[in-house]
Amino acid sequence: MSELGHPRLAQKFASDTKRMHWHDKALWFVREKRDVQTHSLDEWEELRECADKIKTHTLENLAFYLEEFERNTRENGIEVHWAKDADEHNKIVLDILQKHDASKLVKSKSMLTEECHLNPFLEKNGIEVVDTDLGERIVQLRHEAPSHIVLPAIHLKKEDVGKTFEEFLHTQKDNSDPTYLTRAAREHLREKFLGSDASLTGVNFAISETGGIVVCTNEGNADLGASLPKLHIACMGIEKIIPRLEDLAIFTRVLARSATGQPVTTYTTHYHEPQRDGEMHIVIVDNGRSKILANKKYLKSLQCIRCGACINTCPIYRRSGGYSYGYTIPGPIGSTLGASHDIKRNFTLPFACSLCASCTNVCPVKVDLHEQLYLHRQDVVDLGLLDKKKLQALKIATFFMQHPLLMDIGGKIARVVMPLLPRSIVYSKYNIWGKNRELPKFPKNSFKELYKKRKR
Amino acid sequence: MNSKETILANIKNANRPNITKLPNIDILHVEYEDKDEKFSQTLKSVGGVASWLENDSSIEEFIEKNYDDLGLIGTNLDLNITHIKPNDIDDPHALKDIDLAIIKGEFAVAENGAVWVKESDNTNRAIYFIAKKLLIIIEKNNIVNTMHEAYKKIKFEKSGFGLFISGPSKTADIEQALVIGAHGAMECRVLFV
Repeated sequence: MSELGHPRLAQKFASDTKRMHWHDKALWFVREKRDVQTHSLDEWEELRECADKIKTHTLENLAFYLEEFERNTRENGIEVHWAKDADEHNKIVLDILQKHDASKLVKSKSMLTEECHLNPFLEKNGIEVVDTDLGERIVQLRHEAPSHIVLPAIHLKKEDVGKTFEEFLHTQKDNSDPTYLTRAAREHLREKFLGSDASLTGVNFAISETGGIVVCTNEGNADLGASLPKLHIACMGIEKIIPRLEDLAIFTRVLARSATGQPVTTYTTHYHEPQRDGEMHIVIVDNGRSKILANKKYLKSLQCIRCGACINTCPIYRRSGGYSYGYTIPGPIGSTLGASHDIKRNFTLPFACSLCASCTNVCPVKVDLHEQLYLHRQDVVDLGLLDKKKLQALKIATFFMQHPLLMDIGGKIARVVMPLLPRSIVYSKYNIWGKNRELPKFPKNSFKELYKKRKR
Repeated sequence: MNSKETILANIKNANRPNITKLPNIDILHVEYEDKDEKFSQTLKSVGGVASWLENDSSIEEFIEKNYDDLGLIGTNLDLNITHIKPNDIDDPHALKDIDLAIIKGEFAVAENGAVWVKESDNTNRAIYFIAKKLLIIIEKNNIVNTMHEAYKKIKFEKSGFGLFISGPSKTADIEQALVIGAHGAMECRVLFV
């Protein structure tokens, strides 16, 4: 899919104009809820500042904190595994499951396991994997990937969900009432929880000082999963570490407010030991993160706490949908992570951006998102990956910028000639920009001319 | 080199300068004039209910008055009502039919309607999530303003499991329509005694 690149995939999504506007509004609604929450706290900017400093400090001392975390976690009776890439991560998880003869796994949301393509790997090896977050279960039943990191099924209308449940959960025909469908999913997944042999969760925060992890959910799915079967596996990227327990005050205050406009998630669950007679394993995964750590330009993307605020506010995401990115994580954060991960495959992503900087503005940990996307664009050009037509256009623009006299003359000619040209030429099929846009009326004088006149 | 050594070596080779100090968290955070009122409002906004026990009343009387159809009650507290004790049960699956779980909360947080729950002697975590309804009992006046004050009170020395619960479980995964009652409790009441 991603071979098509963002523009072509976005075009597909945007061809249904009504649905595109609906998607846009649904996301903006979440952004507005976020604003209400953040504006209610005078200390909001101070919280962001502090979160940024904690994360910056942690990344500067990451090896130290990871080792401290491992030591303290082991002391708490939790086993720790290290995986340098996706393959190793998947094998470790499978190995733990097989050692326990576990063939039925209930899973809560974890973008890391999406990134590692854990589900298909486990299924190939005979494990039944059930995603238990409602949105994730919906897309799993439809054989789709999540289109958003916090709202996995945001691209679907309730009628779509109704049809899916009709087929798989045998709900009433044409009943798409959200409460009815949610109850049906609760019953269906209760069975899965009760019948499971093991649970797998993501990790929101891993506390180095105390050797434990925190998982945040609204549905209680991670929590119910991790308290029924005796085996609990938690998977985390190396960047999930925070140094102290008290740092959680900052992060729990900003996470849900930024994500969904709630004051806090329903459950903020702290695990510092396995359950009674149970086992708990934590898998720490690199998978390209240490490579980003070594790159000063993109380092701050490792500070991300996956709240999704940048995605909700992004004018491009809202109008092009999660699948247009062709990467596990969509939106501004996905564009920079995707480009860092594999720029050849994801070279269109840094251009899925208007550089409006709204993402940077809402980020609770101050990731310099739009600046990173601007820098990635330069890498794309340097690597010769840019589309030939775009490259030619940029070369012409550069030439004129470097020759002010030609620029002035060219401008003068354009101001006279352009208004005389027929629409069929100006808006020909080669002018992609003019597809849904009108050129402004050409003024008589350029800004430079007006400025000179004024000065006199 | 094993994977741990490889990862740590890669991190060290990234060569990040150690220049940013871990900040002291002394944020001048919001303080509420009436913490009870703020907690009550916030809990309501996330789908829960806060109540205060009248002086001459008992928890048992409160339960009788506020729950019509009691069903199966699960609690480790010593209450004078028919109930099962989760601590007496080995297999958490056996808790699946509990209608009302009554648990003890340590303190409440005014800014977000959350209650810190850490029953060190509870051996069945599932009780918090598996019951249809949840009743959390807290001592009166045990309310802090924000999470900053909350985390100053939290320790994991004696037992390693604890959680904040803010209202009933919920989801908005179907077209952003808020539905109360996802996988955890479908109703959550906090009672100050």
